[in-house]
Amino acid sequence: MSPEHGAAVATALTNFVFPNDLHVHWSLMIVLYPYITGIVAGAFIVSSLYHVFHIESLKPVSRYALIFALAFLAFATAPLLIHLGHPERAMNMMLTPSPTSAMAGFGYIYSAYAVVLILEILFIYRPTLVALKQKSTGGMKFLYYLLTLGSDNLSPEALRVDHKITAFLAAIGIPMACTLHGYVGFIFGGVKANPMWATPLMPVIFLLSASVSGIAGIIFSYVLIKRYTGKSIDMDCIRTLIKFLWGCFILDFVFEMLELFSHAYMATHHWEALRDLYVGPLYWSFIVAQVGIFSVIPFIGLGILSLVKLSDKIVMKWGTILSFMILVQVLLMRWNVVIGGQLMSKSERGHAVFHPGWFTKEGIIVSIIIMILPIALLWLLSKVFPFWLDDDPAVERQSA
Amino acid sequence: MIKSIEKEISLDRRAFIKKVLGGTIAGSLLLVIPAGAMELEHIPEQIPGMRKEIGPFITGKKFAFIVDITRCIGCGSCCVADKNEYQVPDGNYRTWVERYVIDDKDNVYVDSPNGGLDGYQKPRKDLPYPVRDTFFVPKLCNMCEHPSCVQVCPVGATFQTDDGFVLIDDKRCVGCGYCVQACPYSVRFINPKTHTADKCTWCYHRVRKGLLPACVNVCPVQARKFGDLNDHESEVYKILHQPHVVSVLKPDMGNKPSLHYVGLRREVV
Repeated sequence: MSPEHGAAVATALTNFVFPNDLHVHWSLMIVLYPYITGIVAGAFIVSSLYHVFHIESLKPVSRYALIFALAFLAFATAPLLIHLGHPERAMNMMLTPSPTSAMAGFGYIYSAYAVVLILEILFIYRPTLVALKQKSTGGMKFLYYLLTLGSDNLSPEALRVDHKITAFLAAIGIPMACTLHGYVGFIFGGVKANPMWATPLMPVIFLLSASVSGIAGIIFSYVLIKRYTGKSIDMDCIRTLIKFLWGCFILDFVFEMLELFSHAYMATHHWEALRDLYVGPLYWSFIVAQVGIFSVIPFIGLGILSLVKLSDKIVMKWGTILSFMILVQVLLMRWNVVIGGQLMSKSERGHAVFHPGWFTKEGIIVSIIIMILPIALLWLLSKVFPFWLDDDPAVERQSA
Repeated sequence: MIKSIEKEISLDRRAFIKKVLGGTIAGSLLLVIPAGAMELEHIPEQIPGMRKEIGPFITGKKFAFIVDITRCIGCGSCCVADKNEYQVPDGNYRTWVERYVIDDKDNVYVDSPNGGLDGYQKPRKDLPYPVRDTFFVPKLCNMCEHPSCVQVCPVGATFQTDDGFVLIDDKRCVGCGYCVQACPYSVRFINPKTHTADKCTWCYHRVRKGLLPACVNVCPVQARKFGDLNDHESEVYKILHQPHVVSVLKPDMGNKPSLHYVGLRREVV
């Protein structure tokens, strides 16, 4: 027997997984949870770029981004509740939290963020909601009455107060959005028992990937909705969004690679097991798909779109395609971190396998439904909150 | 000849009926008399002084568990006792036994089919090189002084008692699985029947009654030892305070396990 062959046999035979590690406890639902939360945080950041940092070219999507964030925020906890063994006890996390738990803070951070986001939407939309209330009848009139909190006051003084409130909310919203998703990264990054997760870079990577998924989600859905409804697309806005997407993705991709590089370069006793994981069960989903296809192509493509003078048609078409690729990249990243991290047994001598089921409680069908629900809610919200300024009765009245 | 055989059978029959009747009466009596109390009185105290303990927590005791790797024969009795004691669902393990084999090229082969529940009755024959060493390593909850599972539990369902046990309140556990991820030793699982976290408790319910953990009780070679470190006469005290080769698993995790191993080898994770 040749030494090479002997080594191969030895590797195969030493694949030992602790008996309790054969089962992957955090499956598709926990892949979707940071994915949805990230989209929420990223979309809010897009809105804040206009409302706080006054990037005027982003005005066309500034309000839409908030509603988009709300639609996803509404379902951010759905995968968690489906995952829990006892969802009826979920509120215990907020009623009797354990202060040492990295997970116990989520309910508070999520709720506080939800309050800020809803208030921000209500104040930004107030002139619109007042105008719509006056135009509508019956149930819709009552709904708008509730949403305007009963106030019709649109005097310059009242609007100035509104503006101060929205600026304040957006300003505190940015650190909150960053906290929300940086914190989600820490839930993983704080697990010292898992060498793949336990890195201080984890919150940074989660936050950056959240930003890119939010911006990409806004570009992709903005173009799609506008195309579907036959309305004009603001190319200045798209070009600015693409530049921000590229900028954030440079940081995101570089940090993702730096994390891998650090593991490989330091080559501690964990590295052998980690390397086997990356070149073994994660080869297709990480090396080929996440890095090779869905990172490298958008990385180069977005760079070209940002730096080279191209026609509107090309920018719009490729901007949309690359945004979709970024959305897939982030989903793959969530999969590779959440599932990949669990495939490596704590025995550090082998890895488990995981194939999601189609019809199980946390399976593929349920995951697809969970991803459709925010889009359905977004459609419902569009009936109440006009996304675009050119559909807005308040804007019409002001310009008239 | 035949007659004598028939006589034997009829005598046997009479004896058989007598025994059945006797058994029925005794069984009926057992149903009437409260069995639990009677049992405990008749079982000698295995942990000295435990039955004097009153109150919610055990005071004045500091328990330790020691596994002697040099003694374990991989029979799987401990695993069987544990599975029977707790009706552990198949595919989940509160305790298990690993088999380590090291060949003359220093390759380390580890396996634990069915958690060692069936015992290691046959040697591994799939190895390419001659074997230089082999040993068994029983695994169970490390009852850490700084338990990661307690730290991460969002609702305090996993808690540490004043007497050092790490336990789970299955009436509070939400089944999030964070403790399963956080445990460096992979001793936890989500029980498919209760949908809550589950793990070895060092048989807390038995210890409270002055009895040794089930696995310690059945080990035929005393590879598993349990006792009070404050009792200087206890075996665990003597082992930890005499010049033995004693270590814990993954000491760099900083969890400070109360589970110690005699003769722990560097190959063991």
